[in-house]
Amino acid sequence: MGKKILLKGNEVMSEAAIQAGCRFFAGYPITPQNEVPEYMSRRMPQVGGVFVQAESEIAAINMVFGASAAGARCMTSSSSPGISLKQEGISYIAGAELPCLIANMQRGGPGLGNIRASQADYFQAVKGGGHGDYRLIVLAPASTQELYNLTMNAFDWADYYRNPVLMLGDGILGQMTEPVEILPYEPILDLPEKDFILDGCKGRDPRVVKTLVLRPAEGLVDHNEHLQKKYRRIESELSLCDEYRVEDADIVIAAYGITSRIAKGAVRMAREKGMKVGLIRPITLWPFPKESFKKVAYDTSQILVVEMSHGQFIEDVKLAIEAACPVEFLGKGGGWYPTEEIILEKIESMITSPVAAKGRV
Amino acid sequence: MQTLKRTEVLKDALTHYCPGCGHGIIHRLVAEVIEELGIREITIGTAPVGCAVLLYDYFNCDIIECSHGRPPAVATGIKRIHPDKIVFTYQGDGDLAAIGTAETIHAANRGENITVIFVNNAIYGMTGGQMAPTTLTGMVSTTSRDGRGQHGEGPPLKVCELLSSLDGVYYLERTAVSTPKDVNSTKRAIKKAFQNQIDGKGFSLVEVLSMCPTDWKVSTAKAVDFVNNDMKEVFPLGVYKDKS
Repeated sequence: MGKKILLKGNEVMSEAAIQAGCRFFAGYPITPQNEVPEYMSRRMPQVGGVFVQAESEIAAINMVFGASAAGARCMTSSSSPGISLKQEGISYIAGAELPCLIANMQRGGPGLGNIRASQADYFQAVKGGGHGDYRLIVLAPASTQELYNLTMNAFDWADYYRNPVLMLGDGILGQMTEPVEILPYEPILDLPEKDFILDGCKGRDPRVVKTLVLRPAEGLVDHNEHLQKKYRRIESELSLCDEYRVEDADIVIAAYGITSRIAKGAVRMAREKGMKVGLIRPITLWPFPKESFKKVAYDTSQILVVEMSHGQFIEDVKLAIEAACPVEFLGKGGGWYPTEEIILEKIESMITSPVAAKGRV
Repeated sequence: MQTLKRTEVLKDALTHYCPGCGHGIIHRLVAEVIEELGIREITIGTAPVGCAVLLYDYFNCDIIECSHGRPPAVATGIKRIHPDKIVFTYQGDGDLAAIGTAETIHAANRGENITVIFVNNAIYGMTGGQMAPTTLTGMVSTTSRDGRGQHGEGPPLKVCELLSSLDGVYYLERTAVSTPKDVNSTKRAIKKAFQNQIDGKGFSLVEVLSMCPTDWKVSTAKAVDFVNNDMKEVFPLGVYKDKS
């Protein structure tokens, strides 16, 4: 057992980053993630790291671009509108294949929205967000403990695949205080040597980090194919999913992040009432755990997608399950969140619906 | 008799710059300074978006190519990780004084210990001659057809004057490369700006007035005259700040 600490999600993520060797943080204040730069401003000097309060979200992501190229484990964090501003830099980092961690503690949108929790940045996170054909590894923790663990793993995956990783949390996860077991950092992968670092060309040829590919004429086509090959490799190696009581379930709830946590409560309530309900939650949103979803869909009668948006995650669920069973939806944007009771009510309506009566499709 | 030879800091490459462009001269000056200071192997350059984006085709040192206007932020990230290395940015007027104004001002005001080479040729070169933040009043560009100032464009932005009000800045000088004397002054200023970084003094910027005959749509000789007669009047040469 490691030492247990009681911290907010935002602080837990920050401490995990420090433990994992993150030594550069640049960020800009935005609610509900302000505890991250605040924590980092205190901790980084203690561990010989660098904290910079950037003049903008754009500057922050570009400082991370530089720090990553310089060889540091580095991160930035923000919330929805700020993440939108960072998209240009994220595209460059992905194109240049530099490792880093970007955290999005999502809030209500569009526009300035509000500061309540939301999951309406799903498309932006998993489908691109910035320009060009690129992918981020996207993680969706459902508890502060998982946030802690995944933050450590994120730095390994970023280094291993030379790819930016996005921690997709939300205002609830960031603000929630829970006990977390502090586990020492151990790399989960055999990490490659960073042979791209810019630290002066003493004893070697000069290195260039760039994203412009003009020559040869087909150079950018080749670079894109190289990236796609890497993405296919990540898809085949890194696809994480958690299932709860799906074995005999007539209805399986599909939810990620904090919503899956609430849904788990609804599963327990439904089970107490004798309803066979389960839960599937992706831990990696990209790569999306398609096979796990497909298998569950073939073994159940209905899937209920619950998300804090008007339906983004549901598209990947539907794509993954290849119409193996009907999919119902419960979700709203703008800071709405489901309670266990609301989910249970939806489940009850599905059980009595004609679709359920027909059994498996 | 002294034999002139190419500095080892520049590669043996064909130039992509237009005839009469000032970038080649400024590249050489930066490279010679890096060689004379013996810092090539500890130098990391940042390339801008604009004509100088291909900086790495010429410079024989580590280079990172940045998004438009962001070199001071990227340089901040690198320098903070490697405080013992020499980090410079090389930026044009659109990059440094339009889309990257915020990054420029804040890196300057934080006193980041970096060296900024700012090439002011009063035009967007790579994109084909659009109005720059430093385009002179009355100057015709592809986006100021009636001359700057006729349709609410405002006057040219004066970077050295603007930054000179910031307490965090260590050294600011405006020079030119339109006469042999100016070229020598520019080299002296660039050397000082690098030496300041070596000495840990903080933010140093050299603004270099430079020629763009192609996008000014004048002969190479007229372009030199334009810098000497018109640009120097609007952008007076000299030291704008020197804390030493």
